[in-house]
Amino acid sequence: MKQRSKYRKLEEFGPSQPGQIPLSSLKSGERGVVVGLSGGRGLTSRLISLGFTPGTEVTLLQNYGRGPLLVTVRDTRVALGRGEALKVMVEAL
Amino acid sequence: MSKTEPSLTIALAGQPNVGKSTVFNMLTGLNQHVGNWPGKTVEQKTGLYMRDGQVIRIVDLPGTYSLTANSEEERIARDFLLRERPDIVIVIVNAAALERNLYLVAELMSMPVWVVVGVNMMDVAEQAGIHVETNVLQAALGVPVVPLVASRNQGVSELMDAALRLVKNPAEFTPNRPEIRAEHRPVLAEISSLLNGKIPLYPGDWTAIKLLEGDVEITEMVRGSAPEAWDRIHTLLKQHEDAFLDVAGGRYEWVGRMVRAAVVKPKTGAISLTDRLDKIATHPFWGLVLLLGIFGLVFWLTYTVAMPAVNWLNSQVIISIVESVRQVLAPAPAWLTSLLVDGLIGGAGTVLTFVPILVVFFAVLGLLEDIGYLARSAYVMDRFMHWMGLHGRSFLPMFIGFGCNVPGVLGARIVEEKRARLLTILLTPLVPCSARMAVIAFLTPAFFGQNAALVTWGLVAGNLVLLLLIGIAINRGVFRGARSAFIMEMPLYHLPNARTIGLYVWHNTWAFVKKAGGIIMLASATVWLLAYLPNGDVQGSLLAGFGRWLEPAGRWLGLGDWRLIVALLSSFVAKENTIASLGVLYGNEANLGLAEKVARTLTPAAALAFLVVQMTFIPCVATVAVIKQETASWKWTAFSVGLLLFVSFGVAVLVYQLSRVMGWGG
Repeated sequence: MKQRSKYRKLEEFGPSQPGQIPLSSLKSGERGVVVGLSGGRGLTSRLISLGFTPGTEVTLLQNYGRGPLLVTVRDTRVALGRGEALKVMVEAL
Repeated sequence: MSKTEPSLTIALAGQPNVGKSTVFNMLTGLNQHVGNWPGKTVEQKTGLYMRDGQVIRIVDLPGTYSLTANSEEERIARDFLLRERPDIVIVIVNAAALERNLYLVAELMSMPVWVVVGVNMMDVAEQAGIHVETNVLQAALGVPVVPLVASRNQGVSELMDAALRLVKNPAEFTPNRPEIRAEHRPVLAEISSLLNGKIPLYPGDWTAIKLLEGDVEITEMVRGSAPEAWDRIHTLLKQHEDAFLDVAGGRYEWVGRMVRAAVVKPKTGAISLTDRLDKIATHPFWGLVLLLGIFGLVFWLTYTVAMPAVNWLNSQVIISIVESVRQVLAPAPAWLTSLLVDGLIGGAGTVLTFVPILVVFFAVLGLLEDIGYLARSAYVMDRFMHWMGLHGRSFLPMFIGFGCNVPGVLGARIVEEKRARLLTILLTPLVPCSARMAVIAFLTPAFFGQNAALVTWGLVAGNLVLLLLIGIAINRGVFRGARSAFIMEMPLYHLPNARTIGLYVWHNTWAFVKKAGGIIMLASATVWLLAYLPNGDVQGSLLAGFGRWLEPAGRWLGLGDWRLIVALLSSFVAKENTIASLGVLYGNEANLGLAEKVARTLTPAAALAFLVVQMTFIPCVATVAVIKQETASWKWTAFSVGLLLFVSFGVAVLVYQLSRVMGWGG
């Protein structure tokens, strides 16, 4: 039972559609377009109010492979935890 | 201050990092009142603004990105707008991030309020190559729009002109309100008519939009206040669950239309000042080096600027007050003089001598905050905070804690999530505050001679490792490893404003004096009483008796002398009291050679144990009081005190016994 719920979670994080990757997979300097938000309602709502809506272009400023990320969205620099960046699905540009 | 009743109320709204408090400070100066929103642990600032004999009340709403019930701040801001109905809402936006800032304006424009927009940081935007045509924006929005550089006091009085003109000529207000996307309009209209008049103060349209957005608070409210309509509304909401993203998307489309003509942006590729500074400030390695450098600077300033001021206050001001009180009270009974001089003035002196240290600390912190650096320190510390199930934001209250734990605990408010906030509050007392550092700096040279610096660094480093270990343990054991989301805006760097920093220093220092002052005086008087009763002699007092009773426990860590135990206990009043108590107990009022005198009675192992226990001992009484206030729980307050009591004793015993094994037992 426990095993299965863990499995589902991993699936949720992975690419759900071809071409869609989590924001945290972009490298420093790469750009992408937000295509979806997969977190809970609270997290989604906070991401939206900072400008992460479907169709918005984002630039990854800093991604060292671990630790938080630095992203530019709608002229604003936003620091995102890696866990949070996993929930923002983008298409790389 | 004028006694006239304010004739108008103006609310200041805005997202974080737009310079809203600078505008507020420009308008109200020292004419402001800082308190809490009723029943909330969110700071409320109100102030008075005078113009042509007219008194206007300015209410500074909490900085919020939106008005959905994501946080306590957002609920407070929108409840105020709907229930108190201010005459005008001035919303401050940042010219350099206009798009995202107008999202809040879009939300405000759907509310029954009169909006005036102040576009701040025009200079910062120009620097980044962004040009905002405020008159074009005004035409698009249909509400007054005023350009500002609040840090240089440009445009602030024009902003008030625009607000006051609007009160006189309501016809000027022709807002171009955002509309919901066409496919959701019928459902919005239906919900709105179902709600019609059922919820006092909350307009139907606005409530309906919030329901479509899935706003938890509004949903609960409608379910409770309009049960007969709820079934139908619930069904409609179920059918339109997708409306959530559309409502927000619709607002950004509206924003897009508003800024299209009004904003000229640079071609991408230009490297801004912020980009260049962040290459270092947010770098995983160099960012830490920079942060350590800043800590070094703070400590250096504390020792070179603040400590001489403290010593001057002690040796000049307080002594002369004591002398005059003694003269005036010469005919009075000895116990009364002693109570006043040793108990009350001693307590007041403790508070007073602390002021220079806090001023220096808050000046540096205010500067770092104002130029935009503080958010970067949270960013580089995020990785380490994660080990404790916290994130970068929790670093900021701990940073403040190095100055004083009292504002540190209060600063934990910026951590949104409840569990993370509680853990931050519990850990902040483990940050070595400047009072503790002062005691260490006083005693260590006498205890360890030329190794003093090494021992001091070892104590601080050990203290921080201990904080980390306890954080990991509480997170795993009590909170079961849960963690919260880290989302934080990194503002553009900009030049600091002296007035903003000055008021920051003033408010924080004054808040400490007000909050801690009374408690420290009271505690100081109590300790005096315990040291005086029953016969006016410290050696035979209740306090000494208590200290002697604890001697067997003290021996575990090499402190078999009741005087050391009593000195340690007195640090509960205020950490630096340890020195004053040692002075009294070792019969050495002037403190000259005091540390050496104490050092002679201790083996190196015991001296080290004493420093360790002093550093990690239970929080001072003022800190305990704010822990109670912020957690609103005696249980967690007791937990915090009990935890540190256990930890300080345990670690000191360990250090003592290990040191003896190492052969430092003398």
